[in-house]
Amino acid sequence: MPDDQMLLRVEGVTKSFGAVRACHDVTFDLWPGEVLGIVGESGSGKTTLLNCLAGRLEPDSGTVAYRNRADELSDIFAMSEPERRMLSRTDWGFVHQNPRDGLRLDITAGGNIGERMMMVGARHYGNIRTEAETWMDRVELDLDRIDAAPRTFSGGMQQRLQIARNLVSGPRLVFMDEPTGGLDVSVQARLLDLLRELVRELRVAVVIVTHDLAVARLLSDRLMVMRDGTVVESGLTDQVLDDPQHEYSQLLVSSILQV
Amino acid sequence: MTTSSIMLDVSGLSKSFVLHTQGSARIAVFDNLSLQVHAGECVALDGPSGAGKSTLMRMLYANYRTDTGAVRVHHRGTMVDLATAPPRTVIDVRRRTLGYVSQFLRVIPRVSTLDVVAEPLRALGTAGEEADERARGMLQRLNVPERLWDLAPATFSGGEQQRVNVARGFVAELPVLLLDEPTASLDAINRQCVVDLIGEAKSRGAAIVGIFHDRRVRDDVADRVFDMSETLAAGGAAA
Repeated sequence: MPDDQMLLRVEGVTKSFGAVRACHDVTFDLWPGEVLGIVGESGSGKTTLLNCLAGRLEPDSGTVAYRNRADELSDIFAMSEPERRMLSRTDWGFVHQNPRDGLRLDITAGGNIGERMMMVGARHYGNIRTEAETWMDRVELDLDRIDAAPRTFSGGMQQRLQIARNLVSGPRLVFMDEPTGGLDVSVQARLLDLLRELVRELRVAVVIVTHDLAVARLLSDRLMVMRDGTVVESGLTDQVLDDPQHEYSQLLVSSILQV
Repeated sequence: MTTSSIMLDVSGLSKSFVLHTQGSARIAVFDNLSLQVHAGECVALDGPSGAGKSTLMRMLYANYRTDTGAVRVHHRGTMVDLATAPPRTVIDVRRRTLGYVSQFLRVIPRVSTLDVVAEPLRALGTAGEEADERARGMLQRLNVPERLWDLAPATFSGGEQQRVNVARGFVAELPVLLLDEPTASLDAINRQCVVDLIGEAKSRGAAIVGIFHDRRVRDDVADRVFDMSETLAAGGAAA
């Protein structure tokens, strides 16, 4: 059973910017289909860590090893740049907080989905079109808008398109950086529910960075709490949120306003 | 499996809370608690308010951490210690073995009542239509009006939410069930309905731990009462 083997093995990842230690000695394993939430306030090093994990930023020390489809666990920073780029197209997805960073705003919505399929080898126009339509529907975008450019979409629509673009190629691991960050609360709820369903249905592993503990509770199986670049507590999501042990986790949880 | 097999084995359990945000106050809850529950048996937790009944329930579900001791659950043929198991093992135990009916339903925006109830079955791999059918049967049994099934339970009354919660907790027929006041806001008819569900669960061999403030319910379902008034950690509440 492939689920018996970890998908990602992270050991001692450390990254500094000058004198600022952005993340320090982070170690964890991620299994197939598992959703890991990284929580903490702005400046705690969450996004730096995510960028290191996704191969977008090389750590000063430590290793990030990924198990590929051939079942080999290999250090992503020991790979060549083209190999790593190939991996990020075929096996991984990256959902940015700002959809403009993850979409091409000048090509059509259908084209944004289709382009990602072509990166993994799809060539038949009819199939690409049909699949793009399917995904427009899955992320609850109106099919009438398939030939419109995403710059004419609302923020929530753009974010759903970005998610479709990332998931259409059947990734095994998706990184998400505050995916509901800039959205209205009502739009957030819809997106969260959609993400929750898709993640369960596709059994994709996810590392999601968020400062919103409600988002973390809804989506993640496990949590890591970061402060000043260090993981201060980790564990089962409801355990960390309902019985936090570390001083900082307790402060985070007790600071949530009740409505 | 014989009816005498141990499904839940709690030993040497201790728990205290340290409140870092409030001057590091330490609240001891209980110390060196042990409890065994067999298949087909229902144990009612008893004790005054503040004795740690709900805390124990949450520890049995691994929702709260364990300071010392073990919470072993009979899971897929072996005893798994939830106090030390990795998160993905705890998640698997909750999916296949250990159910929890809390007093309050945690509502997810936009998810319909039928989906809330069918979800534990789907997580076990039951096909969509069969899962829906069983969920409908359970909702019907608990007298949740059919016109509510397609709605998210966020706006339901306390009693309706409680019944949705009970339906969700019983639908998958898990072998170990934790029930935290499952009849708290129910009328007599629905209370009896829950008593019947508990009886049926026991006869198929489920091990049950519950908090039942309603004495009639407790007398009807409990085989044994576990008294928690004596388990309070030495030194009492604050230290």
